[in-house]
Amino acid sequence: MQDVKDTTGTQGTAKPSDGQKAQAAGPQKPPPPNPGPSREQAMQYGIVGAGMKEVTRRVPLDEPPPLPENAKLKSIGKPVSRLDGVEKVTGRARYTFDVQLPGMLWGQRVLSPLPHARIKSIDTSAAERYPGVRAVHIVERLLATAKLRDPKAEQGRYPTVRYAGQPVAAVAADSPRAAEAAARLIKVEYEPLPHVTTIAEAMKENAPRVFPGPTEQPATAGGGGAPPGLPQKGNVRGPDTKPRGMGPRGDVEKGFRESEVVVEAEYRTQVQTHVPMEPHGLVADWKDDMLTLYASTQWVASVRDEAAELFELPKNKVRVISDFTGGGFGAKYGIGNYGLLAIHLSRKARAPVRMVLDRREEHVSGGNRPNSIQRLKVGAKRDGSLVAIQLQAYGSGGVAGGAGVGFCHSTLYECPNVHVEQYDVFTNAGPCAAFRAPGQVQGIFALEQTIDELAERIGMDALALRAKIDVSGTDDALARAQERKLGADKVGWSKRRPAGSDKGPIKRGLGVAQSQWVYLVHRNTSCEVRVSGDGSVEAFSATQDIGTGTRTILAQVVAEEFGLRPEDIGAYVGDSRYPQGPASGGSRVTSSLTPAARNAAHRCARELAARIAPLFEASADDIVFADGKVSVKGKASSAMPFRDAVKKSGVRELSHRADRRDDYEGYAMSTPDMSISRHGIGGVQFAEVEVDTETGIVKVERVVAVHDCGRPINPKLTESQIFGGVIQGVSYALYEERHLDPGSGHQLNANVDQYKIVGSREVPKIEVILLEQLGAQSSTDARGVAEPANVATAAAVANAFYNATGKRIRTLPMTPANVLAALRTT
Amino acid sequence: MAPSDDDSDPKPLLPKLSRRAFFTGAGASALTATLVQTAAQAATQAGPAVLGPEPSTLQLDLNGRTVIVQADPGTTLAELLRNQLGMTGTKVGCDRGACSACTVWLDSEVAASCMTLAFDARGRKVTTIEGLARGDELHPVQRAFVENDALQCGFCTPGMVMSCAALVERNPKCTLDDVKQAVSGHLCRCGTYPNVFKATLAAAQASGKGKGKS
Ligand code: FES
Ligand code: FES
Repeated sequence: MQDVKDTTGTQGTAKPSDGQKAQAAGPQKPPPPNPGPSREQAMQYGIVGAGMKEVTRRVPLDEPPPLPENAKLKSIGKPVSRLDGVEKVTGRARYTFDVQLPGMLWGQRVLSPLPHARIKSIDTSAAERYPGVRAVHIVERLLATAKLRDPKAEQGRYPTVRYAGQPVAAVAADSPRAAEAAARLIKVEYEPLPHVTTIAEAMKENAPRVFPGPTEQPATAGGGGAPPGLPQKGNVRGPDTKPRGMGPRGDVEKGFRESEVVVEAEYRTQVQTHVPMEPHGLVADWKDDMLTLYASTQWVASVRDEAAELFELPKNKVRVISDFTGGGFGAKYGIGNYGLLAIHLSRKARAPVRMVLDRREEHVSGGNRPNSIQRLKVGAKRDGSLVAIQLQAYGSGGVAGGAGVGFCHSTLYECPNVHVEQYDVFTNAGPCAAFRAPGQVQGIFALEQTIDELAERIGMDALALRAKIDVSGTDDALARAQERKLGADKVGWSKRRPAGSDKGPIKRGLGVAQSQWVYLVHRNTSCEVRVSGDGSVEAFSATQDIGTGTRTILAQVVAEEFGLRPEDIGAYVGDSRYPQGPASGGSRVTSSLTPAARNAAHRCARELAARIAPLFEASADDIVFADGKVSVKGKASSAMPFRDAVKKSGVRELSHRADRRDDYEGYAMSTPDMSISRHGIGGVQFAEVEVDTETGIVKVERVVAVHDCGRPINPKLTESQIFGGVIQGVSYALYEERHLDPGSGHQLNANVDQYKIVGSREVPKIEVILLEQLGAQSSTDARGVAEPANVATAAAVANAFYNATGKRIRTLPMTPANVLAALRTT
Repeated sequence: MAPSDDDSDPKPLLPKLSRRAFFTGAGASALTATLVQTAAQAATQAGPAVLGPEPSTLQLDLNGRTVIVQADPGTTLAELLRNQLGMTGTKVGCDRGACSACTVWLDSEVAASCMTLAFDARGRKVTTIEGLARGDELHPVQRAFVENDALQCGFCTPGMVMSCAALVERNPKCTLDDVKQAVSGHLCRCGTYPNVFKATLAAAQASGKGKGKS
């Protein structure tokens, strides 16, 4: 995906373009990977079934031997059913939403009805007297918002209100009803300030200022945030010219002069809210000097660290438990304002406090995908080779920064001259948060339509053009080449008709779009594997399961090393007391956790072999774990059930903790929490749509989603995630849109009856094809898929819309109004 | 499933006390103030005693057991199950009848427990997700959900299972379209729909065969 010098010299096919060479000077290259003793290791590299080759990598000395392809494995790569499935279908799975502790109090927030105001006074006396109320707390600092670079630019006892629905105070009472009633008794005196809720208005010179000065917005582990130190004028912050450290390069002006074809257009996308079915929530239990937090989160460590920092507690006094998280999609990091309030109230009341957002607040303040206005201009030669890409993008994440439109412009296609400018526009609206491939979904919507348009202009097939320009030689590009072929066959691309072929009012079309996402690894990922004297095996890591199946893949990887079944392994996540684990964001859990788990399991298995060997009068190297048994290599008759062998060996307990090693080839760049590979994750999606040109109703009938995620650990769960990505993508393309009332600043559809999301009736037929691609980078070679599966869908639907109607739809969502407007364009 | 708000469908033996009527009767909001008198009069004249606002005794047939609790009459069935009885398998996703996460069975019909007053469940057999399996033996739909990965985060799952199980019980010959219809009121943000369809049809097929043999 990026050009960084190959440390092991195995990428014979990579032919970096000039542009990419220039780009290598951009991001700081981290130090060489894996210091310490190492060995040269021959490994398989390539797409299984499409030509593998052998490469040599330098790997740490104690790294387990490479795994063969999945077909030769027993547990990894198998469609194992979710190990916690029974808990979920019986209602036994306990989410934060369900946590009920003895003496637990119910928290209720007081929200500002005004979109922009200074708070003059707050009177909590009546609420404090209300029967059943145990504590009241006034918000003193606000999380999940951009911060003034100079905090002194604003004075006042209470944080300024910058969006309708911003929390102001909270109460804890012994019943939900008492909490609600008491919260209504809190009197807040506001001094209203002028507000602005639309991006177009906010960009105007004389628009009301959301912030009185320049701001900063740090990223969460899920992405989002904005780079530090950018200029800010009024509500407009930017430009960011190097999203995720990628770009700019060359000279676009010169590029356009050399271009033979130029395609230019403006695209607009809407604000989408996350709508996890379990809303944000936290139960805080401050007892004596120990703080226990039950959190619906995508990263237990982010909750622990933020709580420890804000309450000045050592990390060993904060424990975070997250047994099950009911979806997150990027928005659930840290303690949030609700959690901050819960902790304060718990400390005051000396009792556990439950604070869970209701559905309205979830829409308003739980996070969202920012909107965008993108002006994209692409110059090319008649043969399709790109010469220049220029982008100017504005987006609003409300009171939070991070409304960029991704990095695809500099990384997906070969192009020597690229210049992007991405701006944040502040509005008086709830804060954005990372959302399933933040930015990239919006960016690809415009870029992939532009590439389609270019193909049409130069009379080239849309797939052929992509084959010509998607040539970085990185793993994601190699995967997409294969994916285009497989997908085209499956969907019947060769039968695709010219745009606007249908004569009647109902028009059908087929479109394609490509996906690209970063392949990233969570640094500091560990796993402990433990074998007890009775032969039971457990694995621990402080990661969590937000619906992806973390426990199951963890068990599968550990089971493989012991020749056991996944269900024989106790797989434990969701507790900050376990060894540090990855965030469930950035599609990084599988890529980060499974190598650490395998390394730990491998060491346990080898030590166990040494302890068991005397029983068999064999050498440890000859001990084999397979099919639930222990045996000596070549002597099937020696086999003994695993548990019996462990018992007989006299082992009481043995355990190993191992880390996720750096990718064998190293990284293109690193932050304290994550490292990004020069390789990406690909994906190609094809969509078939039906457009009713009289009513403006669009239906997506079929999606063929062809994806890669390195080595799939569990194809069944992977397929589920791809379904999820596609369905969210269709939902984004066709229906979802937050509507704010400009007058009051309130969201008009902050519920699930008016905020339309794809339901059972609108789900297209989805066919998934999954590659097995071995990149020879880690001990499992697994990568993620959650975000890649969501990147291309809206663009594929839009390209299908064009193929159906002969008109471009450049505004999302494809509601009847937007569709009819698009059909009217000439 | 269209979440049922039982207002328009009086069951015999049931005092007519819907959530809406209760709030109206209790004069819970200023908007309804003018209606208070009429509603209160109607209630006294029409027969069933007006309950509340203080807690009253409520007897329920819940998962085959009789449960007696003190509940304030404004309590929804979802609140009673979750907050008073600690049965948190039933989820609340919207609390306004729009997501079906809270689906339970009243007799053999599905109902949105967030839109059903606990007192309205008197005289009916309430089945929740906790009561669907027979001991350790999962309902065929539950098993099929696990096998076909019809769940991701699992938060919508109990509700989905209740609706799909009701469908399979009612119509073991159900078609894909029937399944889509049965879960059309359910919201799943993770996108499990394709596998929910697959699982339910598989369970229907299995149970259809089972029944055919016996
Ligand atoms: S329908 Fe009852 S919680 Fe949504
Ligand atoms: S499985 Fe997560 S909402 Fe349905």
